[in-house]
Amino acid sequence: MSLVHSGDPQVASPLLPESKPVFWNRRRRTILTALGCGLLLVLVLLSPYGLGSEGLSTRLSERNLPPSWIHPFGTDWLGRDMLVRTMHGLSLSLWVGLAAASLSAVMAVVLGSLAASLGGWVDVLITGAVDLFLSLPHLVLLILIAFSLGGGMRGVLAAVALTHWTGLTRLIRAEILQLKSAEYIQLAAKLGHGPLWIARHHFLPHVLPQVIVGLILLFPHTILHEAGLSFIGMGLSPHTPAIGIILSEAMRHLSTGYWWLGVFPGLALLLMVKAFDTLGTNLHGLMDPRTSQE
Amino acid sequence: MLRAKGISYRYAPYLPYILERVNLEIKPGERLGLWGPSGRGKTTLAKILAGYLKPVAGEVSLDGKPLPSKGFSPVQLVFQNPELAINPRWRIRQVLSEALPEGQPLNLEALAQQGVDPSWLNRWPHELSGGELQRVALARALGSRIRYLICDEITAMLDALTQAVIWESLLKQAQTQQIGLLVISHDQHLLSQVCDRLIEL
Amino acid sequence: MLEVCGLQIAFTLYERGLKQKRVMPIRHLDLEIKAGEVVAVVGSSGSGKSLLAHAVLGILPHNAEVRGEIWFQGERLTPERQAQLRGKQMALIPQSVSYLDPLMPVGSQVQLAARRSNNPAADVEAIFWRYQLPATVKQCYPFQLSGGMARRVLVATAAIGSAQLLIADEPTPGLHPEMVTETLTHLRQLADAGRGVMLITHDLEAALQIADWIAVFYAGTTVEMARCEDFRVKGNPSWPAGLRHPYSRALWAALPQNGFQPLAGSQPSSEEPIRGCLFASRCSSASEECRGSLPPRQRLGEGWVRCFHAQG
Repeated sequence: MSLVHSGDPQVASPLLPESKPVFWNRRRRTILTALGCGLLLVLVLLSPYGLGSEGLSTRLSERNLPPSWIHPFGTDWLGRDMLVRTMHGLSLSLWVGLAAASLSAVMAVVLGSLAASLGGWVDVLITGAVDLFLSLPHLVLLILIAFSLGGGMRGVLAAVALTHWTGLTRLIRAEILQLKSAEYIQLAAKLGHGPLWIARHHFLPHVLPQVIVGLILLFPHTILHEAGLSFIGMGLSPHTPAIGIILSEAMRHLSTGYWWLGVFPGLALLLMVKAFDTLGTNLHGLMDPRTSQE
Repeated sequence: MLRAKGISYRYAPYLPYILERVNLEIKPGERLGLWGPSGRGKTTLAKILAGYLKPVAGEVSLDGKPLPSKGFSPVQLVFQNPELAINPRWRIRQVLSEALPEGQPLNLEALAQQGVDPSWLNRWPHELSGGELQRVALARALGSRIRYLICDEITAMLDALTQAVIWESLLKQAQTQQIGLLVISHDQHLLSQVCDRLIEL
Repeated sequence: MLEVCGLQIAFTLYERGLKQKRVMPIRHLDLEIKAGEVVAVVGSSGSGKSLLAHAVLGILPHNAEVRGEIWFQGERLTPERQAQLRGKQMALIPQSVSYLDPLMPVGSQVQLAARRSNNPAADVEAIFWRYQLPATVKQCYPFQLSGGMARRVLVATAAIGSAQLLIADEPTPGLHPEMVTETLTHLRQLADAGRGVMLITHDLEAALQIADWIAVFYAGTTVEMARCEDFRVKGNPSWPAGLRHPYSRALWAALPQNGFQPLAGSQPSSEEPIRGCLFASRCSSASEECRGSLPPRQRLGEGWVRCFHAQG
């Protein structure tokens, strides 16, 4: 055999030379990105308490000021500070989004696990409902529910929550079905454990991370849809400083050259939604064993 | 005595029978080999004997009584692929503790005799090789409450040396505890080494 | 055709949180495959068999560090070269049907494999006939095939191309003896037609049926490269005279038909840094020398062995 050398230099080093651990390795970056996004969102959520509501009051002497150091986002036609309004609006939208997404997630967990664990006609009914909701145009359904409940906070919450549970329900149902047929789950029963013990020790630790990631990835949708509903006047009342209201008001003034009324709140909304998306994607990457080593 | 009487099984009413009127008996301490080509329902029979599946007709009895449906089953099944039979999100310590009554500590001495190294306890399943995981799966099944063990191709995925090591310790323990074994394999050499009686399906 | 010299593969893994650790599943792999030969890579799970296949094809995960050299048809393989050759000059025969596209009829998949390996004129009819697949099977989807047919389709997919090196990763786990023989016969025929075949398996008995060479792996190291006949030479009552490495002998003696002899201890894990012979902890003739440094490759007969105590 040609490759046999008597000296065989590679043999001398039994281990690869230890490479220096990279400080900015992938996992550290991912965790820091996720932490950064989380911090940003908490800041937005709590900003109204820090900024106070002083900027919300009318000051006719400071009407329609372009962005400056005192008013970074400018002021509107009533002299209200747009930065304070935007942060209030974002915070409110975030709360509504959180509530709606959590409601959706609770529905998804209950329906998904019922469908998977009971099977039979319950499963048929729930998967049928999922298909029905998915086949209806999203926006039309949203508007219909909000309208029939008379708009307002209640209408928005119900409309957004009722239109966002489907995807996660499917995911949870499929996950549980797959686990149910796993050998180690069937074996747990033969080792003497009851259904509740198995649910707590086998199913929950498996499904919970997925629910959390699913929930976080729901936020951008619920926030955008809340803003959308308020924008077209089906959502929160015009007196609340919601981001959708701010944007729809800004529309009327855009043509008159007051560009800052729409651009900054719009960008802020985009940034917040993107932060949620990044947070969810990073957490998913960390929790999924297929990608967690990269 | 573990006895299967007139076992018939099919996966759905419109499918043909995969098992028809199968009878077998295993006495305490006996090592029965089950050989047969693939597709003859060896794994299905194993699952019926261990209570994973209910037969369409016939019955499985342990000392004349039906198998208990709750609690630690005195008839345990060990599968071909240990990766599927162990929760990938659990450490080995948790995997082994699952077979014990709540709060009872692991018996490290007994584990060492079954070829389970104490240093594995804090590891994750994916950090162990197939042979090591299969030893964990066997140790989990072989508690003090087991009477019969069904081995469904438990070493078909393993190399010859690991296979011999695993069988040596398993046979020793079965001997001392008078555990009855049903050994399912396509390897007739293996069956003639470990079994004292052979049937064909 | 293929030469693997001093291959080492290490991974940096994350434990809980940010703590990292290094494992080295492949420590010292050496291997050679010539055209027209079947080389069986035999070892226990965790000995690095599948990683070798991935390293040759260049499909290791990103966190792998690779040292050593892989030569294919006289040129050294680089990641770019591997990407060019993969599926064309080197092909993998996968373990199970789940590697086939579930939504495409198998006839089209075989055709596609031919086109991908620059052999679009290949006759799908002929290859189906060669592997005793009825023409009607071409319209079938993978789930409609029986286990035996699916396996033949997998071999056909690899055989129809012009790949010179075929890597079969555990093609026979849990199969019934007749099916094992059939699959192995197909691999032998491909080698007889001038290709090189790497057969990765834990099943020494299966390997002995068709291989020209047996490469015995232990803890990520090639401990012995032996002719298949070396396993058949009668000598010592407990093992064939042709085998020089104590692990090869133990592996042979552990087969149920050869005595079913177990051996205490277990294969060292990929985390342990070991200077000496990897088998020393389980070897009855291990000396200080064995624990101190890795035995170099020593040529004996036609093959070679990594053992200080081996004699020709």
